[in-house]
Amino acid sequence: MSATKNVTKQEMLALNGDEAIAYAVKQSDVDVVAAYPITPQTIMVEKFSEYVANGEVQTEFVCTESEHSALTACLAASATGARTFTASASAGLALMHEMLFVTSGCRAPVVMAIANRALSAPLNIHGDHSDSMVERDSGWIQIYVENAQEAYDSVIQAFSIAEDAKVLLPVIVGLDGFTLSHTLENVLVLPDDVVKKFVGTRQFSKVMNHEGKLVPFKLDPENPTTMGPIALQNYYFEFKRQQEEAMQNALRIIPEVHKKYAQVTGRSYGDGLLDDYRLNDAEIAIVCLGSTAGTIKTVVDELREEGTRAGLLRIRTLRPLPVQALREKLGKVKAIAVMDRSMSFGSGGGPVFHEVRHALFDLPTHPHMINYIYGLGGRDTSPTQMRKIYEDLQATLETGRVRSMVNYVGLRE
Amino acid sequence: MTAQDKTWKQISPAGVCWKPSTDTLTGDWKTYTPVRDIQKCTLCLLCVLFCPDGAIKWKPEKGEKGDIEFDLNYCKGCGICANECPTKAIQMRLE
Repeated sequence: MSATKNVTKQEMLALNGDEAIAYAVKQSDVDVVAAYPITPQTIMVEKFSEYVANGEVQTEFVCTESEHSALTACLAASATGARTFTASASAGLALMHEMLFVTSGCRAPVVMAIANRALSAPLNIHGDHSDSMVERDSGWIQIYVENAQEAYDSVIQAFSIAEDAKVLLPVIVGLDGFTLSHTLENVLVLPDDVVKKFVGTRQFSKVMNHEGKLVPFKLDPENPTTMGPIALQNYYFEFKRQQEEAMQNALRIIPEVHKKYAQVTGRSYGDGLLDDYRLNDAEIAIVCLGSTAGTIKTVVDELREEGTRAGLLRIRTLRPLPVQALREKLGKVKAIAVMDRSMSFGSGGGPVFHEVRHALFDLPTHPHMINYIYGLGGRDTSPTQMRKIYEDLQATLETGRVRSMVNYVGLRE
Repeated sequence: MTAQDKTWKQISPAGVCWKPSTDTLTGDWKTYTPVRDIQKCTLCLLCVLFCPDGAIKWKPEKGEKGDIEFDLNYCKGCGICANECPTKAIQMRLE
């Protein structure tokens, strides 16, 4: 947190991660929420339906029969120009899979919170990143948060990012199931009017319609357009290239929105893409997502006390992946551990490992890289385990070789 | 693909159509063509209502009682008109 002069006076509430998100949605002037409850996301929908029942919001709340329908309803509403929100997790997100691609392909700026949870089988309701990790290629921006405060902040920012004319992509805000979704924290919330002003109203860029007229990019009976119709061998490819351009634009827009938000709240998370901790002169570092960063920070502090040059880099924005920024942040680190809270079966490492390794491949320093798969199905992750990882990195520095590239933390061997 | 096809920078996002779909003559997709027996047709206009492509048009100005017209540029030959015709005045014939 950094102090700024014009920071707004904020109220401190005791909220868990899900409630913090529901509160952010309540304040963000959302027109339509269509959702289906699933543990550990349920509280978001439950809490928000209370706001609707109490008349605290004007939002149209649609109870659907499945997650596939929930996202379809959001997409349709978003296409007409409505600001929309939904939330899900695990099997629910998996059921949305088809519509994730339709939503991003239609360039509908839907915001969705995911209380990250394991996928079956065996059935498990607890936290890991399996659910959203498989949706990395669905054309959604993905932001992973460290605590309930960041969950609140990120959802508000997500509307501004998604609706930016240069982006127009849906956004997932991921928070660790139970660890964040169900844990009470002190969360600073902005006054309603400040959030409303920050998110503003949806603006529409102009598109050429079938009558050759420039019309606002939304479904509107006065200015008819068709979205997402058939595009075969001759045009499909071009539309996909546009989505990649939007992702690259998001690399610029996310830090812009994040900075603007920091000026209002006094809170920031790195530059909005990467959040580093005591990394500047670090020789060894861990790269991770989400709430685990909190645990690792304590370990980094201990190690620094002992004179070890340890650091941490938390990837806040996984999509778009800040490839260049990763190279800059990790360019001087000699040994890097990448944490994966999901598996990519048969691929020789977890997904985050693949991505970070890809980003760093061209570094002239060729750092040692080790992958640690941890916390699957909600298994606890302790500071002792994290300390052991730094010790592994230190040993790698001393011996000059990686003993084992892919490792499982807290697994009974 | 042709030289006049637009680049990814020139097209609207999300597949928004920049020309009317009627520019594509979908009539050439058909295998069967509707053929009407004018003797059996009572001009009940059920075919006009049922045609999913709007390819059967009611022309009140034609003849004494008005008449229908098949727009073969857009008729995909689905045969719904023949199926719905109460007097079996429409037959589907292989092109």
